[in-house]
Amino acid sequence: MSAESLILFFIVGAFLVGFAIVFAHFAAPNSKNPQKAEPYECGIPTEGLTWLQFNVGYYLFAIIFLVFDVESVFIFPWAVVMKELGMTAFIEIVIFFFVLGLGLLYAWKKGALKWE
Amino acid sequence: MNFSLYDFTSFNQWIDKFLNDNLPAFWAVAAEMVIIGVAILLFYALVGLFLVYAERKVCAFMQNRVGPNRVGPFGFFQTIADFIKLMLKELIYIKNADQLLFNLAPFIVIIASFMAIAAIPFAKGLHAIDFDIGILYVIAVSSLGVVGILLAGWSSNNKYSLIGAMRSGAQIVSYELSVGLSLVTIIILAGTMQFSEIVEGQRNGWFIFTGHIPAFIAFIVFLIASTAETNRGPFDLAEAESELTAGFHTEYSGIKFAFFFLAEYMNMFIVASIAATVFLGGWMPFHVGSWAGFNQVMDYIPPFVWYIGKTFFVIWIMMWFKWTFPRLRIDQLLTLEWKYLLPINLVNILIMAFIVLMGWHF
Repeated sequence: MSAESLILFFIVGAFLVGFAIVFAHFAAPNSKNPQKAEPYECGIPTEGLTWLQFNVGYYLFAIIFLVFDVESVFIFPWAVVMKELGMTAFIEIVIFFFVLGLGLLYAWKKGALKWE
Repeated sequence: MNFSLYDFTSFNQWIDKFLNDNLPAFWAVAAEMVIIGVAILLFYALVGLFLVYAERKVCAFMQNRVGPNRVGPFGFFQTIADFIKLMLKELIYIKNADQLLFNLAPFIVIIASFMAIAAIPFAKGLHAIDFDIGILYVIAVSSLGVVGILLAGWSSNNKYSLIGAMRSGAQIVSYELSVGLSLVTIIILAGTMQFSEIVEGQRNGWFIFTGHIPAFIAFIVFLIASTAETNRGPFDLAEAESELTAGFHTEYSGIKFAFFFLAEYMNMFIVASIAATVFLGGWMPFHVGSWAGFNQVMDYIPPFVWYIGKTFFVIWIMMWFKWTFPRLRIDQLLTLEWKYLLPINLVNILIMAFIVLMGWHF
């Protein structure tokens, strides 16, 4: 099978979910009731808006992740050809990791890795 | 046709030839796709059902209970009964929920886990697609599931769901780094990202043994990080029952909920398969150096059995985690990743590169 057949897996996955939901739509009971449509928050009526301002900590971690994830994209091809390139590749990646480590250290000292 | 349990290559070629001889080219390809699609779908459903049963049974034994034991022998058909029940439950439409995103979320989580299965080698010649970037592909696709989880939490119009989804997002993206980097350690040793070549490279010893201590550290890091990435306990903050009712899938009912549940178990199966394939030799039998007799006996066990055995061993370890450790807080979770696993991983990669460079690996 070639990589184009990935579309097959996409279709089969979508079919699995779609079929089951359509089946449940017909097979399952369906009784409308305004009480049922309320958000479930332990029985008491919900207070205020749901989409409020959110803790900025999550955003910080997402940004740091983005930086490191892009870096790790560079590491993958290096890892594949490491054996062939030998010492040169090793020294280069040590320098790369040094810079990466400095970045992590900076974020650490700045308190970006601390949850508050 | 010579069918053998030890090498599926000839079996595949036989099917291919049979279809091409009897059908026009286009329909032969279509028939092949249908066969593969149905086979993978069946496998997916069976593994999902079995894992839910296994989890309940393992949990029960760890807590000194019996677990499900009424439906069928040893309660074996319990999950099938549960599945039928969930199919017949009402789908509730939530007031003020974003209906499009709300309905899209189960599709995304299931498709992500389904596409990841495409690259996993089950036995020699028994894989859907053999990518030359197999590992990268699986990491990329399986991390798409987080989009589904975020959508589910965001669109539910429920505070618990939103908190759960946000936690889950922070957690999955953080631990994805460690999953990727611990696999890099083995890519250095193997020199390839193709699953079939990685397995072939372990003919004379699994990478966890041939890679000295760095490979072992990478295995431990991968286990911890992949447990976190699949949202399983002790890292199940996203659906912490005691604080968030059910986290991101609080508002889902019936079959839609069942798909989140199924996706969680299938993700566990996928990461366990990768751990088994990359670190524990995939379908390669266990060989000990010069013990010819012992190796002969090991070779006699079909590769498929080896693969399943190793995968379920890893899954069992992950279940053991869940029922042993208490849940982490979000700050502890992020500290563990960014201040421990990530630096350890980076140093580990350098050590592994040095070992490979010096030719000290076996």
